[in-house]
Amino acid sequence: MSLLSLIFGSKPKTANMAKERLQLIIARERVDDGKPSADFLPAMQQELVAVISKYVHVNADDIKVSMEKKGNYEVLEVNIVLPEQN
Amino acid sequence: MTRIIVVTSGKGGVGKTTTSASFASGLAMRGFKTAVIDFDVGLRNLDLIMGCERRVVYDLVNVISGEATLNQALIKDKHCENLFVLPASQTRDKDALTEEGVEKVLKDLEHLGFEYVICDSPAGIERGAVMALTFADEAIIVTNPEVSSVRDSDRILGILQAKSKRAQAGGEPVKEHLLVTRYSPKRVEDGEMLSYKDVQEILRVPIIGVIPESESVLHASNQGTPAIHIEQSEVAEAYKDVIARFLGEDAPLRFVSYEKPGLFKRLFGG
Repeated sequence: MSLLSLIFGSKPKTANMAKERLQLIIARERVDDGKPSADFLPAMQQELVAVISKYVHVNADDIKVSMEKKGNYEVLEVNIVLPEQN
Repeated sequence: MTRIIVVTSGKGGVGKTTTSASFASGLAMRGFKTAVIDFDVGLRNLDLIMGCERRVVYDLVNVISGEATLNQALIKDKHCENLFVLPASQTRDKDALTEEGVEKVLKDLEHLGFEYVICDSPAGIERGAVMALTFADEAIIVTNPEVSSVRDSDRILGILQAKSKRAQAGGEPVKEHLLVTRYSPKRVEDGEMLSYKDVQEILRVPIIGVIPESESVLHASNQGTPAIHIEQSEVAEAYKDVIARFLGEDAPLRFVSYEKPGLFKRLFGG
């Protein structure tokens, strides 16, 4: 609180902060609602490892799965590092 | 045809039971045969707010499980001729509320000639809350101008739009009404509280009323009299306006702007 507001006893105006925070969080929660959530990612990663190991020798750590939101799109990124050929 | 109206909010302590009691009483005062049901199994309070706690013998769960008839469980209100209260069970598990059971109670109320049934939802998003909104034709979303209440209201709106029978049938959706309660025009004016317009803009639900923060609500609950009966109180007037708007009458919002007290009022109180 500033010195001036201490002297005049004015209270902080926080209603606008409340409104902005609510608009952000509610917009996000509405988007998440009804869409598949990303909690299937660990299971999918395990299954991918199982399938790929049938053909190539990979470790669980060599496969990275991630989901990203870019504007209106959701991008599912699967990154597989194949072992170096000897 | 019976119209079923759920009073819900997600968050607790925002005024669902106060609103259910006053809304049901207001409809009955207008001559409609009305029932108000407490869905808060295990934490019943509507009976206290309506002032009929000592007359509770049977409850909603007794009726659902066939231990009592609906007529035995319905308690006649002490203020209104055509208003009846169906209390929640205080001892039973909330799983006792089955969808079939609730549906049968609502059908039976229709056969008894009830025009409006008000379902007082418990807080939260669990069984009791979902059962209270499942068969609703209309919903009153009670919200305080405060961040957690607004967010929870948005959540319960999502559940209403997903789990109600009307939503699942894909026909006409549940008609939603926003009721902002515990409103303090002075704090809004001072920039300390969300305005009802802010809340409406965020939730995007048509507003049916604004109930001012007031001491009369506590006076009312102390006596077991719904707040709408407290003579000359702003809260009672605001609830009567809500009833008028609900019935399609034109009633401009009152008690939403702050007027600085004049010198006389400041000197002598008011």
